[in-house]
Amino acid sequence: MPKMVLAGIEIEVDEDGFIQDPDKWNEAVAKALAETEGVTELTEDHWKVINYLREYYLKFGIAPMIRKLCKDTGFTLKQIYDLFPSGPAKGACKIAGLPKPTGCV
Amino acid sequence: MASLPKPEELVKIDYNPPRRGWMDNPVEFRRGTWLYAAKPRHLEALGLPNPREWSPEEEDWKLPPEWREIVLEGFKERLERFRSLKLFMDICSRCGACADKCHFFIGTGDPRNMPVLRAELLRSIYRRYFTLSGRMTGKLVGARDLTEEVIKEWFYYFYQCTECRRCSLFCPFGIDTAEITMMGRELLGLLGIYPDWIIAPVANCYRVGNHVGIEPHAFRDMVDFCVDEIENVTGIRVEPTFNRKGAEILFIAPSGDVFADPGIYTFMGYLMLFHEIGLDYTLSTYASEGGNFGLFTSHEVMKRLNAKMYDEARRLGVKWILGGECGHMWRVIHQYMDTMNGPADSLEEPVSPLTGTKFENARSTKMVHICEFTADLIRHGKIQLDPSRNDVFKVTFHDSCNPARAMGFFEEPRYILRKVCNRFYEMPENTIREQTFCCGSGGGLNADENMEMRMRGGFPRANAVGYVREKYGVNLLACICAIDRAVLPALMDYWVPGVGVAGLHELVGNALVMKGEAERTTTLRGEPLKGSGDDENT
Repeated sequence: MPKMVLAGIEIEVDEDGFIQDPDKWNEAVAKALAETEGVTELTEDHWKVINYLREYYLKFGIAPMIRKLCKDTGFTLKQIYDLFPSGPAKGACKIAGLPKPTGCV
Repeated sequence: MASLPKPEELVKIDYNPPRRGWMDNPVEFRRGTWLYAAKPRHLEALGLPNPREWSPEEEDWKLPPEWREIVLEGFKERLERFRSLKLFMDICSRCGACADKCHFFIGTGDPRNMPVLRAELLRSIYRRYFTLSGRMTGKLVGARDLTEEVIKEWFYYFYQCTECRRCSLFCPFGIDTAEITMMGRELLGLLGIYPDWIIAPVANCYRVGNHVGIEPHAFRDMVDFCVDEIENVTGIRVEPTFNRKGAEILFIAPSGDVFADPGIYTFMGYLMLFHEIGLDYTLSTYASEGGNFGLFTSHEVMKRLNAKMYDEARRLGVKWILGGECGHMWRVIHQYMDTMNGPADSLEEPVSPLTGTKFENARSTKMVHICEFTADLIRHGKIQLDPSRNDVFKVTFHDSCNPARAMGFFEEPRYILRKVCNRFYEMPENTIREQTFCCGSGGGLNADENMEMRMRGGFPRANAVGYVREKYGVNLLACICAIDRAVLPALMDYWVPGVGVAGLHELVGNALVMKGEAERTTTLRGEPLKGSGDDENT
């Protein structure tokens, strides 16, 4: 498994840079992951999405449905794409330290 | 992840064969055209061999030392066990009728994507080790030695086949290339060579109950969200139950419909329909997957995952199982289940509680396709529909490969479509029904890292959609498969921008007139019912 140094710690990531151990995640890691996604500054709006994803994941063990993410954060899908150019799954979830989704998705 | 070439670049497909013969061309693993290797933890969860870190891009695939013996022994066993394999290895006359029928050949121009040559990848080894002429004369009769290069070539090309079976339709001998691909994948599996995109869902399904990995409390949360959304649109609160013993029917959808856009709108359509007709049904948080990525892995794994649905049906004491809009699920049910885990004698022969119709075709598997069920309801006048609520759409229908070619399932979805929308246009006849072109991402190839190959494989399907878009202004591609719903939006955005994708029961949900409902002003997606219908993206 490839490793990356994110915010000064060595973390295992998959081929697309998703971290493998969600426990290694912290805000500094999120900032470092954001940079790999071309998001140079994490604003309050970014954090609103990231924190929502994080909380949902810790409670349910999976990312929320995209429509639920939009409803609960109040952002449209377009706004999410504006914040995270790679989109909710590949951009926002990655920065929030969630694993990549699998299956018919 | 590799960057995706622009459509105008990708469409320049070179159909000239390479100068050198196919046996002398080693595979080049170019990013965007193959799948990542399975993570060891997933193989461990399933008890599959040789879990390790490896990558197709690297020279050393970390095969077990006796890999050649393992493959040849596995090949021998399968030739004895499956007469079809032996037959398919022997009877091909290499007439070439299949050659240009494969969407991957059309989209790549790569001769090894001609089904005849894809089969030859395996057949050349069969000849070398299992026929006298091959042992004696080698290359002269198209035989070759089993080398690591062959293994790499198998991985590349057996995962460039979606097992859609369009080629088999044109084979005068009836050779099923999907079954050859399946055998090739099984042999690779003996060495621990699998793509992660297939084996991670399989491991999820084995541990948690579904491919996406939705645990029971999350499953509940997602269904509850759909219930809220239905109430927002219709004013009616539907009340699905979970793991309820004694329900008449167990309903199982593909998990993509519970989790992913746009499948969730199809899921809402199911729930609305069941509410309206007062169906005595339950969902299960354990058998929470209709699909079966085991079909893309091996017979053994397919059997394991399939058994779960029937175990749960028995545990809950339901009479029969109703299955959602899924593609390969129905290939497994219709063509493997009966001799694999069946016949399902503990359940009852399915009868619609609304119409009394006996689904005799499901006498053995006890599992009915939602489209058969709904078409039967409409036929008997049991539901009221207002097709004008889908007037924003000009719809065409993609026959999902497995229901079409594995079940002969052509009329029921069309019958429903004509009742739930006013504007339905068919794609050209050599691209629909049994001749349907694959979405290009089935068979477990729907990973993002494989995007270039997916766009190539989906090109013929997209081309046919482009035709009806130009001719009739079609703006919605309807389908009855969760992989379709997951992958066709990306395919449309790439080749035919402006065409949305929806499951059939999403359109049913829009059109369904429910007792006591509020006046509908939006579709299930919350978009206005009135629109020009010409250029609006869904």
